[in-house]
Amino acid sequence: MNEQLKEMSAKVARGLMTRREFVGRAAALGVTAAVANSMLAGTARAQEPKKGGDLKLGSIGGESTNSLDPALAASQVPYANLYHFAETLVEVAPDGSIENRLAESYEASADAKTWMFKIRKGVEFHNGKELTPEDVMRTMERHSNEDSQSGALGILRDFESMKVEGDTFSLTLKTANADLPALLADYHLMIQPDGGFDNPASGVGTGPFIVESDEPGVRHLFRRNPNYWDPARGHVDSSEVLVLNDATARTAALQAGQVHIANRVDPKVAALLGRSPNITIRNASGPGHYVFIMHVDSAPFDNNELRLALKYAIDRTDMVDKILRGYGSIGNDSPINASYPLFTEMEQRNYDPEKAREHYAKSGHDGSPIILQVSDVAFPGAVDAAQLFQQTAQAAGIPLELKREPGDGYWSEVWNKQPFCASYWGGRATQDQMWSTAYLSTADWNDTRWKREDFDRMLIEARGELDNDKRKAIYAAMGQMVRDEGGLICPMFNDFVNGVSTQVQGWIDDPTGDMMSGTYSGKVWLDT
Amino acid sequence: MRSILTLITQRLALGILLLLAASVLIFVGTSILPGDVAQAILGQSATPEALDNLRRELGLEEPAISRYFSWLGGMLQGDLGTALTNGRDIAESLGGRLKNTMFLAFWAAVISVPLAIFLGLLAVRYKDRWPDKLISAVTLTTISIPEFMIGYVLIYWISIQWGMFPSVAIINDGMSLGEKLNAIAIPVMVLTLVVLAHMMRMTRAAILNVMQSAYIETAELKGMGMLKIIRKHALPNAIAPIINVVMLNLAYLVVGVVVVEVVFAYPGMGQYLVDHVSKRDVPVVQACGLIFAAVYIGLNLVADIVSILANPRLRHPK
Repeated sequence: MNEQLKEMSAKVARGLMTRREFVGRAAALGVTAAVANSMLAGTARAQEPKKGGDLKLGSIGGESTNSLDPALAASQVPYANLYHFAETLVEVAPDGSIENRLAESYEASADAKTWMFKIRKGVEFHNGKELTPEDVMRTMERHSNEDSQSGALGILRDFESMKVEGDTFSLTLKTANADLPALLADYHLMIQPDGGFDNPASGVGTGPFIVESDEPGVRHLFRRNPNYWDPARGHVDSSEVLVLNDATARTAALQAGQVHIANRVDPKVAALLGRSPNITIRNASGPGHYVFIMHVDSAPFDNNELRLALKYAIDRTDMVDKILRGYGSIGNDSPINASYPLFTEMEQRNYDPEKAREHYAKSGHDGSPIILQVSDVAFPGAVDAAQLFQQTAQAAGIPLELKREPGDGYWSEVWNKQPFCASYWGGRATQDQMWSTAYLSTADWNDTRWKREDFDRMLIEARGELDNDKRKAIYAAMGQMVRDEGGLICPMFNDFVNGVSTQVQGWIDDPTGDMMSGTYSGKVWLDT
Repeated sequence: MRSILTLITQRLALGILLLLAASVLIFVGTSILPGDVAQAILGQSATPEALDNLRRELGLEEPAISRYFSWLGGMLQGDLGTALTNGRDIAESLGGRLKNTMFLAFWAAVISVPLAIFLGLLAVRYKDRWPDKLISAVTLTTISIPEFMIGYVLIYWISIQWGMFPSVAIINDGMSLGEKLNAIAIPVMVLTLVVLAHMMRMTRAAILNVMQSAYIETAELKGMGMLKIIRKHALPNAIAPIINVVMLNLAYLVVGVVVVEVVFAYPGMGQYLVDHVSKRDVPVVQACGLIFAAVYIGLNLVADIVSILANPRLRHPK
């Protein structure tokens, strides 16, 4: 038995077995969970990060139009690049807590309106300049001013004033927000010298790696920053991001050993790929979800009975099996799942053709086909998922008609414009952020046209509430409202699925964001 | 001689006219696509404010016609402008990509053109016997399979199973010629397999056509060897159609290989163009489109001139 346990803990160390699997199998051998966990801790201690080596990632989502400007990052390759050369004030750790990075510590006023960040001393930008609180303030200015094109502009609109006092950067909000640190962990808000005003795409930051070669759409090469402040990050000598947009090219490169990590592994091939001796499939359940969205203010979707009929007419379990091949979990018509802090479980809504039929009859819909607009770009497998939906709805007597749209222009012409379409959400760091982005009456991306004063009031109330139990209760009520009356049909939450070579050590299945929330390059090391 | 010069001048003038027409077509085409560049740059994460700010900065509020002519003016002065999307100098980034595309096309051509003509001659020599049939069967099979499929099959065997050449063909300036050739080995094989059949079949057909002529019979009757007849009498007379097909395939190797570029992540012009089309980056699309059009027109010009030089009857028109 001892031998078996040793072999298993070695497997965990090499990343071939998850902690949960280990504890489960150890229990089968008669070892209590506590003992199993302490054994694992021993293995983990033996795992000292090794220095050196050249790490290579094969990544989807890179184009020759990409820039190193943090404000413009919107896809995987720019996102991965940012965490190489730059850093945010704070990060959201894998367990959902806030980890201080360029901020040494922070505190809030009692009303959660004023936040003070003490900026770390002795941190150097790659151009030799020392980091100052002014750089932090200028960065926030650039992302929040009127001329900003930043993807983070939406979350910064609430800033009232900012100031620097000594080594502290403080900002005051118009309305209280207990989640502000999580908002500042947004990947656009990378601290740049002078806020990046003079040259936003310079690639100069304080990160663990320095830009060596920047070829948009082809590859990005970084070498280790010898003056990096945090010894716990930056183990490999160089890190390269290769743009491999083709799914087969990514997996082939991983199999041929040309890259150590391939992201966005197609669920269809993940199980096969995981069988290779040198590759493990690492999946983390995140906040990302695939959706069918109805505008609650447009006919026929302004009728809640019809909305409920459609919600009961979708087979979530089948979709997780067929579309995600098990790499995901079923949704419950709310954008919030267990990956969020302060999450409350609700009763699971399942496929129920009888109930769907009942609600459909009550809605009094005239029987004309309900048009669902869909495209391949809505999410991987969107067209297949819509066809499954059509069949299960048919079984409940609901006529669903699919209208296939070209991928080009889908986000500008269909999504957020047409009353019923397929889409996806990447999720956000906090519940407040997710609700504020897509369910607040005034939100730009309120893609279900969910405009409810009572809901808005609850959201604002929760935002300023520093008592976590009270906030949790408010969020639970909000989730229930959207689940039962909203325009969101959420069949599934998709996992982040990555193929990782067994040479890569220190990988964490981080539910808060893909690629270990972007920070993989600083945290992993190579064991060759 | 004079008439040839006139002919070339005429062709060049026509070519420039064609290029202008192509630029208008591309411009109109990109303008009527749904969505605009600001929306495409910011993607799903665009807020209305960010969109407005970006549109103003990119000058998208000016009318299309004035945007077109200001670009054309810049072009004539050799200034391709800067990419709307990432603010880089187009001439500079395009130059690197064009070099890569030419590099891949060159090596594919160096291998495929002589091979195709040799196989074509061989097929004529052994007409209707097994070498002819084998060559035709194999090349027609490879041209019939989609190129990405050939790519995947070669990657599976050569790269993953045998570990001979890399599956990712990303090259950069820091690599030596040997490293670059190693990186592009599989894409060159794929392209060779794709273009071989067309050129081989045309060589075979053109030469067979000539082989029906009376002078070939004469050569045969005076006791000349078959291969020598093909080389000395048939090939020179069949050169015009062969050159035409070779040029068409060379043009394909330059402008039509985007699928191969994607499969092997090769940093060529095709992928560069596609990226910018999807972002509505009109200046870059126009520049790429013009270069592609210029390559086509230029290679066809070469084909014409070579045909004329190879045929004394065309050299001295009545």
